[in-house]
Amino acid sequence: MADQIHSTKLQDKAERNVFLMFVMLLVLLSVGGLVEIVPLFFLKDTMEHNQHPEVMWDRKPGQTLADWKAGDGVRPYTALELAGRDIYRREGCYTCHSQMIRPFRDEKERYGHYSLASESMYDHPFQWGSKRTGPDLARVGGKYSDAWHERHLRAPRSVVPESVMPNYPWLEENKLDGAFVASMMRGMKTIGVPYEESDIAGAAAAVEGKTEMQAVIAFLQVLGTMVKFDENTNYRE
Amino acid sequence: MEATQVEQKYSFDVVRWFSIAAVVYLVVGTLVGVYVASELAWPWLNMDSPYLSFGRLRPLHTNAVIFAFGGCALMATAYYSVQRTCGVRLFSDALGWFTFWGWNVIIVLAVITLPLGFTSGKEYAELEWPVDILIAVVWLSFSFNFIMTVAKRKTSHIYVSNWFFMGMMVMITYLHVVNSLAIPVTLFKSYSIFSGVQDAMIQWWWGHNAVGFYLTAGFLGIMYYFVPKQAGRPVFSYRLSVLHFWALMFGYVWLGAHHLQYTALPDWTGSLGAAVSLAMIIPSWGGAINGMMTLSGAWDKLRDDYILRFLIMSLAFYAMSTFEGPVMSSKTVNALSHYTDWTVGHVHSGALGWVVMVAAGALYHLVQKLWNTEMYSAKLVNLHFWMATIGAVVYITAMWVSGIMQGLMWRDYDEFGTLTYTFAESVAAMHPYYAMRAIGGMIFWAGAVVMLYNVVMTVRKAPATSTVRAAAARA
Ligand code: HEM
Ligand code: HEM
Repeated sequence: MADQIHSTKLQDKAERNVFLMFVMLLVLLSVGGLVEIVPLFFLKDTMEHNQHPEVMWDRKPGQTLADWKAGDGVRPYTALELAGRDIYRREGCYTCHSQMIRPFRDEKERYGHYSLASESMYDHPFQWGSKRTGPDLARVGGKYSDAWHERHLRAPRSVVPESVMPNYPWLEENKLDGAFVASMMRGMKTIGVPYEESDIAGAAAAVEGKTEMQAVIAFLQVLGTMVKFDENTNYRE
Repeated sequence: MEATQVEQKYSFDVVRWFSIAAVVYLVVGTLVGVYVASELAWPWLNMDSPYLSFGRLRPLHTNAVIFAFGGCALMATAYYSVQRTCGVRLFSDALGWFTFWGWNVIIVLAVITLPLGFTSGKEYAELEWPVDILIAVVWLSFSFNFIMTVAKRKTSHIYVSNWFFMGMMVMITYLHVVNSLAIPVTLFKSYSIFSGVQDAMIQWWWGHNAVGFYLTAGFLGIMYYFVPKQAGRPVFSYRLSVLHFWALMFGYVWLGAHHLQYTALPDWTGSLGAAVSLAMIIPSWGGAINGMMTLSGAWDKLRDDYILRFLIMSLAFYAMSTFEGPVMSSKTVNALSHYTDWTVGHVHSGALGWVVMVAAGALYHLVQKLWNTEMYSAKLVNLHFWMATIGAVVYITAMWVSGIMQGLMWRDYDEFGTLTYTFAESVAAMHPYYAMRAIGGMIFWAGAVVMLYNVVMTVRKAPATSTVRAAAARA
């Protein structure tokens, strides 16, 4: 050793007793996570709808998901959209596309209003992504027609020659399984997504005969269209 | 001690198998890396096949290099060094074998399920819930076996490499259990019980610490055992190791939030993460300096000790990427670098330069000790060293250029105040760099193949008898 061993008493004890060191680690390693994560579940400021209730869809008794109109506010995904979201996740779209617009001028012009936390409150798991090999998709809904998406998913380079995205020809061949979609919604409901029994009961009928392609497009077309933004409101302090 | 005595005293067989597995998985994991890199340069390689499409293969790459290669390297070195530094045999041979077979079953399941599209959709935690449970069981048995071995040691104090391994074991258990909490819908589908912003924070608390504890603390444990051994010199400063150990343990946990700056995560969390990240350069460099100074005075050995070259180069890359990381955490830089290839370049300067280099150095050292022989070819070790270095440098440079270019193109305005480039134009501009990255990756991968060949030949020629040798001779 280049220098002498000058341990503190505690360090010396820990080095002699593995269980003491173990307990010290248990405590020390829990601090950062507790401080950064736990408050996010309790602090009201975290979710914008606590200050701006209009961000959420106010679902009246008896209304179905089909009664919702774009801009009415954040709501759970319909059966078809949820099925599409699962395919988005299965294909690993999140490895190339983000769904999180940052509050910069260029991102606003390219993609739209910055994303709110409330907008992904029903997203189990979140799909914000970490890499933009392709463009952000948080507000892609309504930007292109369904027909464009179909061509694009089948063969991206037929509409965007520079693209490096894979072709997804199998999406139009695979049909959705209604019972499975219903069980997905039931799973979501268990962890707090406010589906009503009627939503789940109607799931199978809603996706009857639909392809995976149609589901993905339904999901893409709803992205970012739920909230109607007011340019003069600062949603995040 | 005589070789046979050492053989009887310690359980080395499980270490041998883990070492060979690590080298094999390095070749496999980087091959998948080369393939996904090539897909980004030449998209026809996706072959219109679901199983080969980028989105499904990229998680296979990350899981293969981190868990298959990284995990086997960590388990080999941890099981070896804990026995040597404590002067006792593993607590339980049976548990040792259980971790070996358990971990390999997990890897096989990953190779099957990820291309099939079974994924939780969270980076580096893509494996679905039944595999997650298996990971928890195997990881806990590994940790238990390790800690009980330390508990029955012959030495009075616990050697520093073991502190780092223990820190990793505790933290990875926390991270894996919390981040994987999910509600199963079917055998291969589940939903994270967290959503949106909370899920994002928990994911990056996991994500950064998979890096910080698995790929850093664990590999620092490797460094603290193998660098002094290979250099034949004691650790430079004990005091520095105590300080930077506790600082690293305490600090790293906070960094996750820097992955979410300017997102919908509340500002206080992101800023806290960024502030601690800046401070992390000190404990990180504490480790790098301690390693490098251990080598000082042994510089002449670098001329003919190629294994030592891997170790010193790994420390240089470690210092570099832990300088780059804090820079990228600052809000101004992150605004540019986030979402771009710069992040990918940073990842691989850590992964190729630090993780693989230090592990390769340690594994070469291990192979010689375990089979009681010299490497089959020192020249090939040197060749691997140069291929790894050149491959890594080509990869990282390509990503720096493309990343910064991407960031600048996205935010560029022309004189009329409109965006200069469409997104597609930025994609087209990346092509030469993606091709260059794929070539750098191929060089790096070929180096790994050289290593595998060298290791296999060493084992086949080794005098000692062991199960691995017997298997290699049959092959
Ligand atoms: C031949 C060597 C390698 C090549 C060619 C390679 C290639 C790639 C490519 C193309 C990606 C996807 C980047 C993107 O989405 O834009 C990637 C991601 C990644 N690789 Fe590698 N890789 C190699 C080795 C490694 C090793 C050895 C490790 C770890 C020990 C590693 C860890 C990762 C990680 C963590 C990511 C995800 C990065 C992120 O999420 O930003 N890679 N790699
Ligand atoms: C003090 C040390 C370090 C700090 C402060 C740091 C900081 C960062 C930052 C700011 C990012 C970019 C986050 C983003 O914009 O998305 C990042 C990404 C990453 N870093 Fe580091 N880094 C450090 C060391 C390392 C080392 C040594 C490795 C590898 C062994 C590493 C692996 C990664 C990986 C895998 C990612 C990509 C995550 C993703 O987006 O998928 N980092 N790091």
